[in-house]
Amino acid sequence: MTSLPDRPAGAKKLGLVIDLDTCVGCQACATNCKEWNASGHSAPLPDFKPYSAGAEGVWFNRVHSYEAGEGEQGRTVHFPRSCLHCETPACVTVCPTGASYKRAEDGIVLVNAETCIGCGLCAWACPYGAREMDEDSGVMKKCTLCIDRIYNETIPEAQRQPACVITCPTRARHFGDLGDPDSAVSQLVARRGGQDLMPELGYGPVNKYLQPRERSSALTEAKPVEDAPTPMDIPNPLLRWMDRVLSR
Amino acid sequence: MNPAPSIVFFTTASGAGYGLLFWLGVLRPLGWGGGAASSLGATAVVLALALVTAGLLSSLAHLGNPQRAWRALSQWRSSWLSREGVAAVLTYPPALLFLLALWFGWPAVAAVAGPLAAAGAAATIYCTAMIYASIKPVRQWRHPLVVPGYFAMAAFSGAALLAALAAGWDAGRLLPVPAALAALGGLAAIGLKFAYWRAVDAGMPGPTRESATGLGAIGRVRPLDPPHTEQNYLLREMGFRVARKHAARLRQIALWAGFAAPAVLALLALAGAPAAPLLSLGALLALLGVLVERWLMFAEATHTVMLYYR
Ligand code: SF4
Ligand code: SF4
Repeated sequence: MTSLPDRPAGAKKLGLVIDLDTCVGCQACATNCKEWNASGHSAPLPDFKPYSAGAEGVWFNRVHSYEAGEGEQGRTVHFPRSCLHCETPACVTVCPTGASYKRAEDGIVLVNAETCIGCGLCAWACPYGAREMDEDSGVMKKCTLCIDRIYNETIPEAQRQPACVITCPTRARHFGDLGDPDSAVSQLVARRGGQDLMPELGYGPVNKYLQPRERSSALTEAKPVEDAPTPMDIPNPLLRWMDRVLSR
Repeated sequence: MNPAPSIVFFTTASGAGYGLLFWLGVLRPLGWGGGAASSLGATAVVLALALVTAGLLSSLAHLGNPQRAWRALSQWRSSWLSREGVAAVLTYPPALLFLLALWFGWPAVAAVAGPLAAAGAAATIYCTAMIYASIKPVRQWRHPLVVPGYFAMAAFSGAALLAALAAGWDAGRLLPVPAALAALGGLAAIGLKFAYWRAVDAGMPGPTRESATGLGAIGRVRPLDPPHTEQNYLLREMGFRVARKHAARLRQIALWAGFAAPAVLALLALAGAPAAPLLSLGALLALLGVLVERWLMFAEATHTVMLYYR
């Protein structure tokens, strides 16, 4: 059913919090996502021409890099992009078959590969580019929030996290229940002022992005050390000796 | 957005077919095309259904799994695509009944089935238009003139087809009504598209790269490294771009050759010039104009996912 489930306030909202301050753009999350999901719930994630020019394939996570700001405030920001498991996702309501759905119990947005007709309308309806067509089997694919890891009782409890989260070497990705204000992820979002992407479209993304921290003014105002004169800048050896003696 | 040929053909052909069905369903009960010309009506309905069916089949070719297409009829509560499918299916029975009534000469049946088929045609076109008009990430499709545009294209091309057919029956005595409709339709199409293109060129509000990344507080955001160096589905489907100068030329072709010329030809036919060749040419040009307009509707539309890329 592609009508959205009735979800009371405070219902479980599983999602990710991504810290753009610490992400180094290493692509580990994208790679481990591909590795796990190529044989997971939405497998396969086909690749076309993998060993030649024009290689491409289905990925659930894509890491962009941007330059933001000018001058001293300017910086490079690495930006992982994946499904935000929105609260009012049009990718679900536009689906004509009921293949695209939002789970009532935890808010995860999934595609049923058995009933998807591959019309592609949901990909048009997603502002974030989170859905990619599997052009091999003609059905839509997307991030499952590693539904086959987070509830998987056959793996050790510490590993019941999405593949992208568990692999991130800088701990820039966090997973948890954003519907519970006391959860670690909600606390983190509150502390760091986590943001929605394109809030003006009204999809109500569950995933939040933590912005790069303000540069401390001590850092931006510090002068390069070369600017301060050193004793070697005094050409006359006598004056240089006097400078050294007097500066003691 | 990628102007997939199957979809561009679908909206052009089925739009013209539904337009033709609409006009006939409305005009026939009003007494137009009866008596000696009753075979005109049946021919027109056959042509309309052929166009509609060809369009719908072509839209199936767009699917990854066409054999499951029947499932698309299930989610009419939330999905305009599903509603379009339901409306298209529900339009067939009255249209076929209308055809039988025209064929065997049952005016009372035609008077009921015709308007029902016309209502079905209008409803289907509305649903098609709403599929596009409800896609929030594509700002050009959210414009309030998009839905009227779909109606205008269908009404115009349907009237042009009906006028071309009418020229061949009853020594052209049936011409005036559809030819006048075609001329009016052409004018409406010009006015609507002119206003729409002006609005789109003036720039429509929408998300920016700053709001898409949330990095606006730092300052302007520029793409540095893309996440992949080769193509992907998103770039192919949403990244299609048409050069401004080609778009400008195609707009002129649609406006003048596609909409204005058929209107002028219809007026000439009304003024007594040889109707059959003029109106046939007019119908062909109208279809071409709608085809170009539909292609531009996709090619000029931009999707928010491209904010992430460039
Ligand atoms: S990010 Fe896109 S695919 Fe994911 S729930 Fe939101 S609209 Fe749907
Ligand atoms: S591609 Fe599949 S999941 Fe997406 S809208 Fe079409 S049928 Fe639904």
